Amino acid sequence: MDAAISEDYARPRSLDEALDLLARRDWKILAGGTDFYPELADRKPSRPVLDVTAIADLRGIGEHADAWRIGAATTWADLIAAELPPAFDGLKLAARELGSVQIQNRASIAGNLCTASPAGDGIPPLLTLEAEIEVASGSGVRAVALGDFIDGYRSTVLGEAEMITAIVVPKSAATGLSHFAKLGARRYLVISIAMVAVRLDLEDRQIRNAAIAVGACSPVAKRLNALERDLAGASVSADFAAMIADHHLADLSPIDDVRATAEYRLRALPTLIARSLRGALDGADL
Amino acid sequence: MSGQLRFAVNGTPAQVSVPPVTRLSQVLREELRLFGTKVGCDAGDCGACTVLVDGEPCCACLTAVGQVSGCEVLTIEGLGANGSLDRLQQSFIKHGAAQCGICTPGMLMSARALLDHEPLPTRQAVADALGGVLCRCTGYRKIIDAVIDASGANEHATEAGAAVGARVRHLDGGAKVTGELEYGADAPPADALRVKVIRSPHHHARFAIGDKEAFIAAHAGIHAVLDAGDVTGVNRYGVIAPFADQPVFAEGLVRFRGEAIAAMVGDREVVEGLDTASFPVEWTPLDPVMTPGQARKVDAPRLHEGREGNLLIEGFVARGDAAGAMVKAAFKVKRRTTTPFVEHAYIEPDAGYATRIGDRLELFGCTQATHMDREEIAAIVGLDQSQVRVVPSACGGAFGSKIDLSFQPYIALAAWKLGRPVAIAYTRYEVMNATTKRHPSEVDIEVGCDRDGRITAMQFDGVFDTGAYASWGPTVASRVPVHASGPYLVPNYQARATAIHTNGPPAGAFRGFGVPQSAIAQEGAYDELADLAGIDRLEFRRINALRDGDPTVTGQVFSAGVGIGACLDALVEPWAEARRRAREFNASANGGALRRGVGLGSCWYGCGNTSLPNPSTIRIGLKRDGAIVLHQGAQDIGQGSNTVIAQIAADALGVPVDRLTLVASDTDLTPDAGKTSASRQTFITGNAARLAGQALRAQLLRRSNLSEPATIELADGEVRLRDEASQTTLDLRDLEENEFGYVLMAQETYDAPTKPLDENGQGEPYALYGYGAQMVELLVDIELGTVRLEHLTTAHDVGKAINPMLVEGQIEGGAAQGIGMALMEEFIPGRSDNLHDYLIPTIGDVPTFTNIIVEVADPLGPYGAKGLGEHALIPTAPAILSAIRDAIGVAIRDLPATPDRVRAAILAANGGSRAAR
Repeated sequence: MDAAISEDYARPRSLDEALDLLARRDWKILAGGTDFYPELADRKPSRPVLDVTAIADLRGIGEHADAWRIGAATTWADLIAAELPPAFDGLKLAARELGSVQIQNRASIAGNLCTASPAGDGIPPLLTLEAEIEVASGSGVRAVALGDFIDGYRSTVLGEAEMITAIVVPKSAATGLSHFAKLGARRYLVISIAMVAVRLDLEDRQIRNAAIAVGACSPVAKRLNALERDLAGASVSADFAAMIADHHLADLSPIDDVRATAEYRLRALPTLIARSLRGALDGADL
Repeated sequence: MSGQLRFAVNGTPAQVSVPPVTRLSQVLREELRLFGTKVGCDAGDCGACTVLVDGEPCCACLTAVGQVSGCEVLTIEGLGANGSLDRLQQSFIKHGAAQCGICTPGMLMSARALLDHEPLPTRQAVADALGGVLCRCTGYRKIIDAVIDASGANEHATEAGAAVGARVRHLDGGAKVTGELEYGADAPPADALRVKVIRSPHHHARFAIGDKEAFIAAHAGIHAVLDAGDVTGVNRYGVIAPFADQPVFAEGLVRFRGEAIAAMVGDREVVEGLDTASFPVEWTPLDPVMTPGQARKVDAPRLHEGREGNLLIEGFVARGDAAGAMVKAAFKVKRRTTTPFVEHAYIEPDAGYATRIGDRLELFGCTQATHMDREEIAAIVGLDQSQVRVVPSACGGAFGSKIDLSFQPYIALAAWKLGRPVAIAYTRYEVMNATTKRHPSEVDIEVGCDRDGRITAMQFDGVFDTGAYASWGPTVASRVPVHASGPYLVPNYQARATAIHTNGPPAGAFRGFGVPQSAIAQEGAYDELADLAGIDRLEFRRINALRDGDPTVTGQVFSAGVGIGACLDALVEPWAEARRRAREFNASANGGALRRGVGLGSCWYGCGNTSLPNPSTIRIGLKRDGAIVLHQGAQDIGQGSNTVIAQIAADALGVPVDRLTLVASDTDLTPDAGKTSASRQTFITGNAARLAGQALRAQLLRRSNLSEPATIELADGEVRLRDEASQTTLDLRDLEENEFGYVLMAQETYDAPTKPLDENGQGEPYALYGYGAQMVELLVDIELGTVRLEHLTTAHDVGKAINPMLVEGQIEGGAAQGIGMALMEEFIPGRSDNLHDYLIPTIGDVPTFTNIIVEVADPLGPYGAKGLGEHALIPTAPAILSAIRDAIGVAIRDLPATPDRVRAAILAANGGSRAAR
C-alpha cells in the first residue's frame, strides 16, 4: 500500500513513526478533517500535515483493569457503536448530536478536544467522566486531566512535538447513570447554544455523587463543583430546578453571539441541568 | 511532492497523483471528472458532497484523498446499473424529491447507506440519516417519502390531452438522480483558467491597488489581474436599467463587505489555494452606515450621488381616507415589526465558465434570467447582444438571487481579454458576502376595524434596507404598498415603502420581493385586532377576505378568480380541529413546559411584473421526422417549468407530453421567455405555450381540412389526423423546412395585461393574483423558548394545478423557507457568512403537511392557472408567529424568533426574570 509520506504530508502506520516525525518538524495533525478543512477554507496548508488515521493502535475502545481507554483517532460513530456502561450514555448522546452522521463517521474524539471550541459537544461529558488525556511525544507519555488539557479559548497545553494518543476514563468515574442535553436553534447540524452533561451515582434513591459539566457558556467547558456538592444527598425525586441557585453558575461567563444572548444562556441552564438530571434518572431502576 | 494514490471509485480502480491532503471532493471532480458529487460549502455544513467510503457516508469535502487510499468510494455515478436507475433513484423521481437537484446526490448517498443497513427504516430513522444534508427547495417531506417508498414503479400521463392536471414527473428528473445534470461548476473545459476575485474585508473603505504587474511577475501561472480599468464596456450594471449603479470592480471606494475590487486569472492549480491576502492593495477603512436609521441622518455619508438621504426610491399607495377612518375605528392595533437580512442559501454556489469563440462570447452558468444576463454582459464587455450567448447550466437553487449578475462579468471579461476559457466557482464565503439578500425591514403598521370586525383603515410605513446597491430595491418599494393590505378589502388605506441605502450587502429579489416582510406586520396586526374585536382569527379573515367584484387597494376590480375566500373556507374544519387539540393539550398537565399553539397566515401575490411589460415567447416546431420540439426558454431553477410548460404545450397541441422534445433555455436557441421570477412562468410563459400549441394545432387542422375535436398522431414523416367525420394523413416529406429546420412551426408571445399606477398607486398592477392561507400547529417550550413545528395545513389557490406534485413541491419548499425566516435565519454582515452560523432548516425542522389545493380558475390563466412560487413562502412566517403568540400569549415582533427571543418575550410578559424562572 501507499506509504504516502512526502515532504508536506505523512501518514505513518505506527505511533513510533508518528512521534519520530513529530520530533523533527512542526506538523499540523490531521485526523477526521472535520475541523481541519473548514479552518483551511480555500487556502493551502501552511504547515506540513501529519495524518494519524492509519495508525491502527490509535483507534478503538478498550476495557482495562482500572480504566476505559479510547484511542485518540476513534470516531464518534465508533463510540456510538461501542458497548459501554451507562456512565457513557451521556457521551453517546453527545456523539449523536455532533454535526451529522457524515461528521460522526470521520471526526475523532481527540480532534474535538484539540479544537477546544467552547461549543465542543464531546467535552462536557468527558469532563463528567474525569477523562485524562494521554499525551505522547518522542520523549515519553504524560497524562493530563481534561480540565487542565484545555487551558483557554481554543487553546490546549499540547506541545509542538506532542499528540494525543488516548482518552482514558478511570473506572472509578465510569459509574452510575449519565445524560446529555443540547440546546440549539435547529435540529441536526447545529452548534450548541448551551449544553449540559451529567453523571450520577445513586444510593438508596439518593444522589451520592453528581458530576455536572456545562459547555458553550464559558471559554472552556466547566464542571459545576458547587452544585455537585449541593446535590450530593439529594433525593432522586427532588425539584432540581428549584435547587439551582445563581451562585452555582457563578463560574460561567457566557457571551452574546449569533446563536443567543448571554442572559438567555445563563437563564436556560437551570432548566437544562434539571432536565439532564431527570434524563439520567429516567434510565434508573428506581 | 506527491506519490500515486490508489483507491476504487464505483468499483473501478482509480489512481491519482495529487497532494494527499487534497479534498476528496476536489479529486473526484477535477481529477476523475466525476461531477455528480456537488460542493456546496467546503465545510461539512451542507452535505451535498456526501459519498460513501467503505460503505459509510462522509463529506468528501472534509476527507483527505490520502485517507481513502485502498478504500472503496461510492459516488452517485455508482448508483443504478447498466444505465438504469435503481429503486431509490426512481423513487426520488416518482415523488418529486429532486427539485433543483443540487442536494440530490448527497441525499441519495446518505439514503443509500441507510437502506444498506436498514432496508425498512422509520421516518425518524430517515430524518436521522439525512439530517446532515441541507435542501433549500423541497421542504424535505417528499425526500422522506421517496426513501420510505424506495420501490417506485413509474407511470405518467402519456395520453393526448391528459397532461394538464396530472402528476407528471419532472421531465428532466432522470439526470438529477444520476448526477449527470451539469450545474455551473460542473465540467468546465479542461484548459479553462480560473478566476479568483479580490473582495473588500471592510463595509466601507477607500482603496488603492498596488503594482499589478509586479504581482503577476511574482506569481507564475497568473495570467492577468483585472480591475476597473479592464472593463471594456460599462463598469456599471443593475437589473433595473435606470437604477443601475453597481460596478463590476469598485473604483477606489467599496460600499459593502465582499465587494469586488479586482480579479486574478490564472492556471487552476495556481489560482486555487492562492492566498488573496498577498494581493497588493491598501485599504483606508471608513465609517459604515449599517442601518437605515443611521443612513437617513443628515450627516450620514451618502452612498450614491443624487440619492439624498440615501433614499433609493419610495413606493406609495393610497385609497380613501386612512387617517380619518382610523380615528373612527372601533378597534385599532398599532405595532412595529422588524426582520433582518435573509440569505437565499441555495446549495449551489454561483458558478460557470465563459469561452470566446471568434468575436462571440459564450457563457455557461447558473442563472434565472438568460436574456437579461446577455444584455448586461454585452454592455459590460462592450459587445453587441448578438455577440453574446448565454447557455444556462442546471440551476442549483436561486430563489431570486440569480436574477442579478454575480460571477458572470469576471469570466466574461477575462475570457474576452485572454481568448481562453475561464471558469469560476464561488466559495460559500463569497456567496454569503457578495450576492444579494432579502431586504431587512422596519414596519410600522396601524389597522382599524368596526364593531363587526370589518377593516376600515390601514396605515403602513415600511423602511427597507436596500444595502449598497439598487438591485431590486425599486421593485420591493413598488410591490410592498400594493400588497401590504393582504388579500382583504381595505377601503381606507395608505402605504409607503422606502428603500434606503446602507453599507450592507445589496438587497435584491428573494421569493416575494418584500411582501413576506410586510405580511408579517399585517397578519400579526390582524391577529391582535381579531382578539380585540372578540372574533376568532380565521373568522376575522373570512369577514374581510376580498371577493370577486371588490376593489383592491389599488382600485382594481376582478370579476372572477379571487380565491382567498375559498382558501380560508378550506381551513375552517382543520382550524377547529387544531384549536381543539391545542386546548386539550394545554389543559392537561402532561405538557409540562410545552404549550401548543395554532396560527394562521394568508397571502396574495400579483403574478408578473408590476405594471410593466414582461412578455414571454414560446416556439414549437414539427420536424419532418414527426418530432415536436418545444423551445422552452423559461429557466427551470428546480420549480419545474421544463415540465409544466411542456404539459401546457402538449395539451394545447393535443399530443402526449412525452412526445415533446425539449430545447431548454439558451439565448441562441430559445426565444425570450423572460426571467424566472415574480411567479410569472406558469401564467405568462404558460399562456405563450398554450397559444403556440394551439397555433400549431390550428395549422395542422387547416392543412388537413379537419375540425375540432380532432386527434393528432405523429409518425416518422407523417402526421395522422382524425376528426369525427374523417381522417387524413399529412405527409411531412412534401413540406419545406424553415430556417429553424421545421416543416411547421408556431411562435407565440403573451404578455399580461396591466395598467400603470398613478401617483396614489391606483391602477391595475397585475393581470391576476394568486392566493393562499396556511395554518401552523406547534409546540413552544416555555422554559427554553424553543419552538417545534408539528404540522402545516396549507390551502393555496393556484387556479388550476397544472401539476399537483410540483404544486406540492412549491408549497412545501416555500414553507420551509418561511420556517427559516420565522425561526432562525439572520444574516449579519461579517458575522454569519457560512452555513453553520447562518442556519437554514434541516430535515428535522420541517413538519408534516396537509396540502389542500384550491382551484378557483382565473379567466386569464392558462387552463385557469395562477402563479405559486412566491405565494407559498408568504403565509408561513406569519402563521408561525401567530401560533407562537397563541401558545405563549405574547407576540414576537422582531425576527427571527430564536429561542432567546421567545424566552425573553415570555419573561417580559410574565413581569420579570426572577418570577418566571
